[in-house]
Amino acid sequence: MNPRTLLRLLATLLAFTLVAAACGDDSDTADAPSDDAPSDDAPSDDAPSDDADTGDDGCAAGETDGDLNLYNWAEYMDPELQAAFEAEFGVSVNEDNYDSNEAMQPIISAGNSGFDLIVPSDYMVSILIEAGDIAEIQTAAVPNLANLDPDFASGLPFDPDAKYSVPYQWGTTGLGVDLSVVGEDVPETWGLVFDPALREQYGIDGAITLLNDPRETMGAALKYLGYSLNSTSDAELDEAKVLVAEATGALAAYDSDQYDELLAAGNSAVAHGYSGNFIVQFDEADDPDQYAYFVPEEGGTRWVDNMAVVADAPHPCTAHTFINFLLDAENGAALTNWNYYASPNAASVEFIDPEVLEDPIVYPTDTSTLEFIADTGDFEINFTDAFIEAKG
Amino acid sequence: MGCGRRLGGAGVSEENGEPDGDVEPAEGLDPPQGDLTTTESVLTAEATPRFERAARRADAWRGFFFAAPTYLYMLIFFVAPLGIVTMYSFATRNRTGGTDLEGWNLASYARLDEPIVRTIVFRSLWLAVVTTVICLLIAYPFAYFMATRTPRVRNLMLVFVMIPFWTNFLVRNYAWRVILENDGIWNDTAEATQTDTVVDWLLDLPHWMQWAIPDWIENLPSPLFSEVGIVLGLVYGFLPFMILPLYASIERIDLSLVEASRDLYASGRQTLRRVLIPLSKPGIVAGSILVFVPSLGAYVTPQILGGDKETLLGSYIVVQFLTARNWPFGAALSVVLLGIMLIATQIYFRNEGRTL
Amino acid sequence: MSAGPARPRGTTRVALTANAVLVYVFFFAPIAILAVFSFSDDRLVGRWGGFTTSWYGDFWADELLKDSMWMSVRVAVLSTFVSVILGTMAALALERFRWKTQRFFDAVLYLPIIIPDVTMAVMMLLFFTWGFDITNDVFGTEFSKGFGTITLSHIAFNISFVSIVVRARLAGMSLELEEAARDLYATRWKTFRHVTLPQITPGIAGGALLALTLSLDDVVITQFVSGPGATTLPVRVFSMIRKGITPVINAVSVVMLVASLVLVALSLLIQRLRGGSITG
Repeated sequence: MNPRTLLRLLATLLAFTLVAAACGDDSDTADAPSDDAPSDDAPSDDAPSDDADTGDDGCAAGETDGDLNLYNWAEYMDPELQAAFEAEFGVSVNEDNYDSNEAMQPIISAGNSGFDLIVPSDYMVSILIEAGDIAEIQTAAVPNLANLDPDFASGLPFDPDAKYSVPYQWGTTGLGVDLSVVGEDVPETWGLVFDPALREQYGIDGAITLLNDPRETMGAALKYLGYSLNSTSDAELDEAKVLVAEATGALAAYDSDQYDELLAAGNSAVAHGYSGNFIVQFDEADDPDQYAYFVPEEGGTRWVDNMAVVADAPHPCTAHTFINFLLDAENGAALTNWNYYASPNAASVEFIDPEVLEDPIVYPTDTSTLEFIADTGDFEINFTDAFIEAKG
Repeated sequence: MGCGRRLGGAGVSEENGEPDGDVEPAEGLDPPQGDLTTTESVLTAEATPRFERAARRADAWRGFFFAAPTYLYMLIFFVAPLGIVTMYSFATRNRTGGTDLEGWNLASYARLDEPIVRTIVFRSLWLAVVTTVICLLIAYPFAYFMATRTPRVRNLMLVFVMIPFWTNFLVRNYAWRVILENDGIWNDTAEATQTDTVVDWLLDLPHWMQWAIPDWIENLPSPLFSEVGIVLGLVYGFLPFMILPLYASIERIDLSLVEASRDLYASGRQTLRRVLIPLSKPGIVAGSILVFVPSLGAYVTPQILGGDKETLLGSYIVVQFLTARNWPFGAALSVVLLGIMLIATQIYFRNEGRTL
Repeated sequence: MSAGPARPRGTTRVALTANAVLVYVFFFAPIAILAVFSFSDDRLVGRWGGFTTSWYGDFWADELLKDSMWMSVRVAVLSTFVSVILGTMAALALERFRWKTQRFFDAVLYLPIIIPDVTMAVMMLLFFTWGFDITNDVFGTEFSKGFGTITLSHIAFNISFVSIVVRARLAGMSLELEEAARDLYATRWKTFRHVTLPQITPGIAGGALLALTLSLDDVVITQFVSGPGATTLPVRVFSMIRKGITPVINAVSVVMLVASLVLVALSLLIQRLRGGSITG
């Protein structure tokens, strides 16, 4: 390539993208790469003029103060609901996605993120509250709070007075199994993972995946040992570490993202993972009855994802209106019918497909052995260290 | 560019051959004194001392002028942020996983002494070395082949090296997983033969080729979720990083030298060792660094193709930031890694007798 | 450049050709897989479910995905463009001149290659957040994270990769031609333009391709410096893996692949139409 050709190629590419950029949106950015002026194209004109920053006056029910910037898990919000909200309130919803609580938290905690509404899980809610990163819910703006199941309306360990968060959906963590490998009468126990004899018996050595998450996996071992998964005892954690270290040798992989695909593709026979993902995956299979999901009898994790308004949200009123919108009986049901996670909304029950409602994977019959993961503060480091040492 | 103006300038000090301090650029920046002896100069030694000095000063200005925009950019958008993260490495993690910027301490650095850190570092170094060597062995002949094509073919080859990498990186890794799976496409082919679309035929390809595959290969354990899988993924991901600088530097060599060496009855191996490799050394060095260093820090490929059953340095650092939310320790790990790698590359270059 | 006479012969030639073919097979094998499964009527990549083009329809209907793809392309092209210029200038300054604080600058240029992604992500997040807090308070600016911050960060790491490739080309390159040009009264600029630049173009081209690739692949840094509505494709894909990647992502990859092939073909065509001779 001679220099002229190269320059021409680059210029063509540049022109090409600039044109594309100009067609894509009407902002004036894209040509200012210089040292300063990092311009942003999304929330253009509405941000400064609002009285959003003064915000203390409170929001009225149904009030909006600009477009909603939603920061959510991927594939978690029904696009049709989003469209319905946009149509009803005349504002648009800009959704961005994160893949873990821990990837979302630093972005929110740093401040000025531009996001209004986030959907953190239980333990992350308590962290965000303690760090002052989320604002109190203005109950006057969310009349539909009354629809919440009493179990979820208050008394959740991470936000006992329900001042900062509103449950979005909930589910469990357990084991998905391929019945064609382990047989129909497989015992519902963590022993499938942690007991070498059982692994041998069911022929699943090297065909197990565990979540690549210290709290979930160390928690499973703690549960198998009969302890709380929020244990802050070094001795108990050490016992769990020995178990996990031994089990690591019998794993196909640690995987938090594709465990359901690995199971469906026959690369594993036992997979540790979240309830909703398994349901979607099982439904796709040629023979859905080939697979089963259960929370082992020793107990497991129950988790709740929650809506929370960011402390420096540019559009807090729209955020509250959106929360209220999702708490509507029919909207809550639509969400569950769409993504197969359980709804905390009592009023929604009558609108949820009976098939979903009666599915024990979505709505476990016995929740007594389930525990929420709680933030253990400084002890979190010990969980991570134990997990890494167990892997070796 | 008007840079030559200073050539005849007065005020050259006579005592030594060093450039004058008062005309040095970059006074405000105050970094360590440059080691002038290792850098090549445009000017040759034949110039008289007086002109040489004057020209060197002018040269210094020109060099600084060329570097200034990038210098400034890097100071603002890299060095300053790096300063922040270095500061964090001396701070303390608080209860919520935030970082308290007070009570400065060395606790995070003290943890580097833990045996697990050593295990992880050596394992990662080993895999990075293996990856780099394999990349070099594959890329060198490839780059040589490319450099000996006609210009048009060369350009096309270059572009086609890069095109696969303009697809999404995660998707590429998952595609490898599909290829390596126990129950993946290789076994799925029987099903596919029932219909006869082109795609099915393609899928069937490996099946009818099986007569060519010896039994022992078929019986090898799947490389998926093993160190073999990790190395395969890393080689795949970083091979272009080796090919590009190698090509850029082999292509520059006057290949008539190779011809001359052959004419003088040097064997192919001798030519390679005595002519080609020495002349393409800058490319080998640059390529090795571009492969070795990112392999050391890789974490997505080890996770997808290795199953993350053993912790590697890259994921160890990621875990500190994103799981333990222990930013001071993550920052300390990074700062030490940066320091060691930087010193290692500088020593490497100095032994090579040049800055690159 | 005498490409002809040094062309390997005999077994060496066969071996080299075979190696090149195998390298391309290696490079394109996963690409072929992902392309094939973008037409598979099954959510699970790796399980053939019959031919369909519905994933392309899904992609076309997915505004988020389309926006993020454009964002990626814009960031990649712009950051490549800027970093090629800055990186080449830095390489020239380091290889052709000597000046004070050069070693320091040299070291700084290596850091972005060495630094782990996540560390750079964290530090850029802190830097932009703190920086904007200050400028917004003091100067009343309205800076926020988004396209600009993503591009600035990509340039910061791309410069290093461009400069290392260009330097590999410059290092030890014969100075005789440049000196000859100077002796013939060419100005410095003319010497650079007509002698140096053509010689280092393969290095620049390589650096540009590398920068483009790195920019198109970056996840973590981008995720940390982006703002609402400024998601790039890799970030979007990464956030989707937890709920399951569908062949939609493969379809996006195929679209990008085809688009880049078309661009390459176009540039070759233009080259040929212009009858431009290709050197270097």
